[in-house]
Amino acid sequence: MSTLIEAKDLNLFYTDFHALKNVNLTIPEKAVTAFIGPSGCGKSTLLRTLNRMNDMIAGTRIEGKLTISGTDIYSQEVDVETLRKKVGMVFQQPNPFPKSIYDNIAYGPRLHGIKSKQKLDEIVETSLKSAALWNEVKDHLKRSALSISGGQQQRLCIARALAVNPDILLMDEATSALDPISTLKIEELVQDLRDKYTIVMVTHNMHQAARVSNQTVFFLNGEVVEYDDTEKLFSNPEDQRTEDYISGRFG
Amino acid sequence: MMTFRKEFDQGLEQLNQWLVEMGEFVEQSVEKAINSLKDNDQEQAKKIIADDVKVNEMEERILELGLKLIATQQPVAKDLRRIIAAFRIANDLERMGDLSRDIANAVLRLQGEPLIKPIIDLPRMGEIARNMTYEAIQAYVDENVDLAYKMAKDDDQVDALYSQISRELVLLMMENPRNIAQAQVLSFVGRYIERYGDHATNIGESVVYLVTGKRPDLNA
Repeated sequence: MSTLIEAKDLNLFYTDFHALKNVNLTIPEKAVTAFIGPSGCGKSTLLRTLNRMNDMIAGTRIEGKLTISGTDIYSQEVDVETLRKKVGMVFQQPNPFPKSIYDNIAYGPRLHGIKSKQKLDEIVETSLKSAALWNEVKDHLKRSALSISGGQQQRLCIARALAVNPDILLMDEATSALDPISTLKIEELVQDLRDKYTIVMVTHNMHQAARVSNQTVFFLNGEVVEYDDTEKLFSNPEDQRTEDYISGRFG
Repeated sequence: MMTFRKEFDQGLEQLNQWLVEMGEFVEQSVEKAINSLKDNDQEQAKKIIADDVKVNEMEERILELGLKLIATQQPVAKDLRRIIAAFRIANDLERMGDLSRDIANAVLRLQGEPLIKPIIDLPRMGEIARNMTYEAIQAYVDENVDLAYKMAKDDDQVDALYSQISRELVLLMMENPRNIAQAQVLSFVGRYIERYGDHATNIGESVVYLVTGKRPDLNA
């Protein structure tokens, strides 16, 4: 697996708070990487640096280097809109636009200049199929996105992210607001998507990380404690702190 | 630091305790079986055979508790290895119990007849194998990898004694065909003790697996 994302001596400060400390990490492409760790350990912070969501938080300062495909995404030349097109994101709460199912998916492509009805129809269909939602909604694409269930809404948000053809999909606790069946559907979807996309997920559910991801990164107090193949990390971790966390001794 | 796993830890502790009890039981059963051979004691042999069901029950309750812990606690890493190791050790101990029963059955086949030779090396073999079991369980309790390796090394002595006993018994059979029936029974007893030692060695392997996550071949 080749490296897609690389952090080198990455430090992040929220004003005085040192949220990420000397993070060095390589994330392979077309695989699922899970970030785990207790609340406040920096996992979501690192996730949000990958599409520069932290830019919106006043007082954020970044040192070190973060590259995607070799490009430093914090360099001046990088256009944040283009970056976010390449790096899609799905959040904890499903957040569909108060529009039709169709328009939710077509929104991004339209914004990026696609006007042809035929082309948009095509994108809507393939995106919904990729998100394993097509069969459930194909007969009422004009219905409001808010009328479908929470699990369906979350898959709609994934379809919406896929519609602009990203390379990377970030998932921040994307199943924590869902029931177990919807959660399993999203997990299955993630496993289908990992052949085409690089997926980075933050999860509080360690067993989800164990089930779904190829690599797992364990964070503690802003530092990367351990990074390994998921199978190895959950069966025989190197660091005692990892062992204690995944065994539920703290957290 | 706060912990949240009282019930889980209690379950794992219970598993440990049951394994130790089972280990002690199996240690005693091989000792008693060999004493019954030495003394040609048919009554003692019958009692050992009847007791074997207890070992099976001990294995059963370890399997059930381990299964329950896996189903309800989703163990990972060393917790998971501990339960897998407990399953394997319980299985080895159960087989060791069976071998003690097999020795007792051999005693019954002798039907109280006078022995063709004094029984000296078989008890020596049995004593080493019994002590290996003791050390294997100790290694498990203390998570002592060095002791597991040391214990496994003792199996070489068991194997060497077994070869020696087999040779002697073949000679006795060649000497006098009337010896054949009894020599065959004694030869089987040697084989049972040798197998018993191999299972003790397996326990040592499970200890190494529990502590390091790696599976060595201590029987090699």
